[in-house]
Amino acid sequence: MGQQVLNGIFLGSIYALFAVGYTLVFGVLDILNLAHQAVFMLAAFVALALVADAHLPLWVALPAAVLAGGLIGIVLERIAFRPLRGRSDSNISGLISSLAMATVFEAIALEIFGPDTSRFPQGTFPDRVVRLGGATASLLQLCIVGISVLLMALLTLLLGRTRLGRQIRAVAESPRAARILGVNVDRAIAFAFFLSSALGGAAGVLFGLAFNSISPDVGRGVELKGLAVIILGGMGSVPGAVMAGFALGLVEVFTVARLGSSFRDVVSFAVLFLVLIARPRGLFGRAAAREA
Amino acid sequence: MSVARRWSLPLLLLLVSAACKKEEAQPVAASPAGGGAVIGAALSLTGPAAVYGAQQRAGIQAAVEEVNARGGAKLSVIVEDDASTKEQGITVFQKFINRDKVSAIIGPTLSNTASAADPLAQAAQVPVLAISNTAATGITDIGNYIWRDSLMEAQVIPGAFKKAQEKLHFKTAGVLYGNDDVFTKAGYDVMQKALQDLGVKVLGTQTFAKPDRDYNAQLTELTAAKPDVLVVSALADNAAAIVSQARQRGWTGPILGGNGFNSPAFIKNAGAAAEGVMVGTSWNSSSQEPANQKFLANLKKAGVNPDQFSAQAYTGVLILAEAIQQSGGKTGRADIEAGLGKVKDLDTPLGKFSFTPSRDAQHEPSVQQVKDGKFQIVQ
Repeated sequence: MGQQVLNGIFLGSIYALFAVGYTLVFGVLDILNLAHQAVFMLAAFVALALVADAHLPLWVALPAAVLAGGLIGIVLERIAFRPLRGRSDSNISGLISSLAMATVFEAIALEIFGPDTSRFPQGTFPDRVVRLGGATASLLQLCIVGISVLLMALLTLLLGRTRLGRQIRAVAESPRAARILGVNVDRAIAFAFFLSSALGGAAGVLFGLAFNSISPDVGRGVELKGLAVIILGGMGSVPGAVMAGFALGLVEVFTVARLGSSFRDVVSFAVLFLVLIARPRGLFGRAAAREA
Repeated sequence: MSVARRWSLPLLLLLVSAACKKEEAQPVAASPAGGGAVIGAALSLTGPAAVYGAQQRAGIQAAVEEVNARGGAKLSVIVEDDASTKEQGITVFQKFINRDKVSAIIGPTLSNTASAADPLAQAAQVPVLAISNTAATGITDIGNYIWRDSLMEAQVIPGAFKKAQEKLHFKTAGVLYGNDDVFTKAGYDVMQKALQDLGVKVLGTQTFAKPDRDYNAQLTELTAAKPDVLVVSALADNAAAIVSQARQRGWTGPILGGNGFNSPAFIKNAGAAAEGVMVGTSWNSSSQEPANQKFLANLKKAGVNPDQFSAQAYTGVLILAEAIQQSGGKTGRADIEAGLGKVKDLDTPLGKFSFTPSRDAQHEPSVQQVKDGKFQIVQ
């Protein structure tokens, strides 16, 4: 029981980290960035290449891959979103152009890394088992939960306490009002993309480390889960995404353990369905206001 | 769910374009001058079974070169990617049957794909030789044009488990299997029966799906019951992740695998976690028979690490060549079908090969264990 709670928190922390970036962009732009999962995947491959081919230690490769994820996010925003901004149908066309970018990113990964499942080399992270009461966790799992929580806390601080964070929130509220108040809207959006993709990239690297399997299509399963998480948490709500991420991780683990793996997605999406009927704005979504 | 549907079209286009490119880029052997037989090979070069498809292609290439070099019936092979899916498998079969007008088809890699694609060949009366389908039902019982050179799980696993029990003396087991795939599900059915026959008590059974990456929930449930041994029916990709995560969880006990484990890719991806894993196999890598030694030498020349799947693929080509020989060098679909019925005690890397009356494979299986990062035959 305690062990399964631990497994759920572990899985949930990765879902939450993925979804936080996903929901951040939605909060700012009202656009679902369907290339988020491809950034997740590319960052995992970047970390893998740095560790396996360049023989860098993980503590160098992880931040480098997160940074790479962020930079990919900026490129993504430039190519797929900025040219469309201001058009009347930018929500739908942005959705489609992000889908195109995801396909391009996947094709790039397929070309460079091949279709096979790759993994981090043995000993990338020390194999240590830690006992917590009656349950056991590997050191890696604890670090993953720790890094996820730390990054999410940093994002909350950044959005709440810094000038840039305030600008992003202002743009989320109303781009026009923000522009009138002197906010550089393009820069704020680009920065939101940087943050979003860096977090998505971090989730990708941690996922690759945790489950030892990275392939060009690794993001697709997580994308649907991430979508469920941000709807459950309230579209655009960062704290909502965090809570919903952990909740989904726990629900999934207990579903698999008690009902069997066939029910993994059935129960997750049934919960989503029920929440949407009872609270259409999600658990943490507010009626009129939006927050980034 | 609309997201998934939005995905499918661009992905399909991508796959199709990739498949087309491959077809033009890599004819396995140029069409021989004097006509000869054209064989279609539907292999999983992408998707979850890609690790097997690559090995199979290498085995087929090596065998075609050997057969063409020794004179007699000439062969050429067209390789197509079935993408490890039923849908793509059907598309490839249709192309082979109607456009390429092949004499016979080798493949597809997965039983799952075969159960969907083979009926097309049966209807068109094109002989199919399965080289890696191991599901007990839904393959050769499709009809008289479907043959296979791969042993069924039911022919390999009971013997392998018996030998493993003699070595490891286990009395209880925890079982984990993929329940969304014909092959892993069929493997599970056989394993369950084998364990029952050996008097082993199953303390817990858990399932997973092919796209799953996280097996901690299942492994926690299984290991909590403290079984003597973990029994896993999975494809190589999943198998490597399952074994790694089991070891990460602190499981130090033995692990018995199904046929999906029989791949160098499993050892590569599971690394040190693979040590001690035991698997039944239809190919005895250390056999000193000339046919096996020749196979090993041919693959070494091609720079490929041989495994059961390349051995079975290689054998498949030898069997088709023998079938053509038996029908007096004629390469029509009906000739090969008739010739396959006459193949008996053929020397292959798998040993003396014959078909059973139900067109299934008949030869001696072995057991192997991972030692120092390599499969070694358990004597």
